[in-house]
Amino acid sequence: MSDHESDETAGSDADEQEEPTFEAAEYADGTVTYPPHTVGPNGAERVGTVDLREYEARVVTWTTSTATPPGVREPNTLAIVEFDMGDDYDGPVVRALGQIAERGSSDGDDGEGDEQFDVDIGDRVEPVYAADLRDPGAGIREPESQEWDGFRFRPVE
Amino acid sequence: MERVAIVGASMTRFGQRDAWVRELLAEAGAAALDDAGVDGGDLDHLYVSNMASGEFEGQTGVPNALAHDLAATPAYTARIDQTSSSGGAGVYAAWQSVASGASDLTMLVGGEKMTHRTTAEATDVIASLTHPVEYKQGVTLPSFAGLTARLYLDEYDAPRESLGKVAVKNHKNGVDNPHAQFRKEVDLDTVLDSPIVADPLRLYDFCPITDGSAALVFCPESVAEEYAPDGNYAVVSGIGGATDTHVVHERADPTTMGGVVDSSDIAYEMAGIGPDDVDVAELHDMFTILEFLQSEDLGFFEKGEGWKAVEEGVTDRDGELPINTSGGLKSKGHPLGASGVAQVYEIFKQVTDDAGPRQVEADAGLACNVGGFGNCVTTTILEGSQ
Repeated sequence: MSDHESDETAGSDADEQEEPTFEAAEYADGTVTYPPHTVGPNGAERVGTVDLREYEARVVTWTTSTATPPGVREPNTLAIVEFDMGDDYDGPVVRALGQIAERGSSDGDDGEGDEQFDVDIGDRVEPVYAADLRDPGAGIREPESQEWDGFRFRPVE
Repeated sequence: MERVAIVGASMTRFGQRDAWVRELLAEAGAAALDDAGVDGGDLDHLYVSNMASGEFEGQTGVPNALAHDLAATPAYTARIDQTSSSGGAGVYAAWQSVASGASDLTMLVGGEKMTHRTTAEATDVIASLTHPVEYKQGVTLPSFAGLTARLYLDEYDAPRESLGKVAVKNHKNGVDNPHAQFRKEVDLDTVLDSPIVADPLRLYDFCPITDGSAALVFCPESVAEEYAPDGNYAVVSGIGGATDTHVVHERADPTTMGGVVDSSDIAYEMAGIGPDDVDVAELHDMFTILEFLQSEDLGFFEKGEGWKAVEEGVTDRDGELPINTSGGLKSKGHPLGASGVAQVYEIFKQVTDDAGPRQVEADAGLACNVGGFGNCVTTTILEGSQ
């Protein structure tokens, strides 16, 4: 990847960044994973990060869940998407699982209450930031144990 | 390494029970001890397979509680948690304890108490096994099943009805299981018209929330006839455990469960047999789609062909390879920590010719217990002694 930065740089920059990033990890063998892991799938050390906001993706599959846990929107349309990492990338596919955005959503505005976009296998999508993907205090997981913002996906127009 | 025999087995009625986890474990444990003709004090090791008694009920320390309740002290105890595959992992631990020579008599009891929680609460407890980037998106195990089912149907040109036929088959099998949560048949229209839970999957594509317990007693085969004087017992001829990625979307092929492939490779090699030699199987049909994936990843059918086997009746009780004669998790129920033990209970009954109206011709049987969405898997092969 040509646009990676070192972990140290990313760590110190994170405090100053206003724009949330969709952070994947890059490893010494060129592999990229989302989410980041301590070492890559082949055991290679982590050398940097990749911001997946810069890439479009394709819907691999999707579902609409109507029986959602406490604190999760209902219904909740989810998709597994595969990023187009460019011709220079020859590692394993880079995918993410994410909610499908609401029609009124834009970066920072989750469009709560609006109808969710329709997607199908093969559709092109792009990430859109959401400040709260679910209510942190409603489920079993300790709210302080993880982050609750992240990225949904919407069709590329 | 000692060859390991199973000489006692039991399971409670699965379903909505008034009993709490300690009582469920004690009920199954006492019955298994009785089946093997031993007392709690005879046990060297006592394992409990349980995923979440602390989260569901606020009761921890269940192995020690069970040892006390069954007068099994000072037996060594441990709790085996591997989420939905806690039961299979418990079978592995119990087998290992005897095979290694550390124990001459081991009991495994699996159990879970869940039905006092709402569906949403129970779903959240189970979904807590997911990675933070999955959990914050509101993913549930049923939604993983919906995602995978859509991809499978699309990739292999399988009809939606084929998934429904898994539910129909397993409900039919469950009618003859006195321990099953649901002992009634359902027709295909009922399955296909039931409410959507995770599109394209509907209510009848999913197992219920269940209370229940099951137990097995293990010893070296060299002394098995002390506990089974008629010489009728089962041998753990092969067992393997394996993991796949924690993050489901990172798998190369989302319709392949690598843990099933790897664990069964180990089990087949140990047993010296292949998938064609298996006469009956209990698969982890927490969702109907999982029966297709496992039947292919275990080598019973080619990739993308599992649905055809169901359509053609190959996996019916009177078919060439009966799958889930117990009714499976779909009909029998899925008390998390008990399920893997109950799968082996059914195979034990089949290979010892003691399955009553569910009996099929079986010299060798296989149980595949899956945790998470294929995250952890144990495959166990039993062969009858006679």
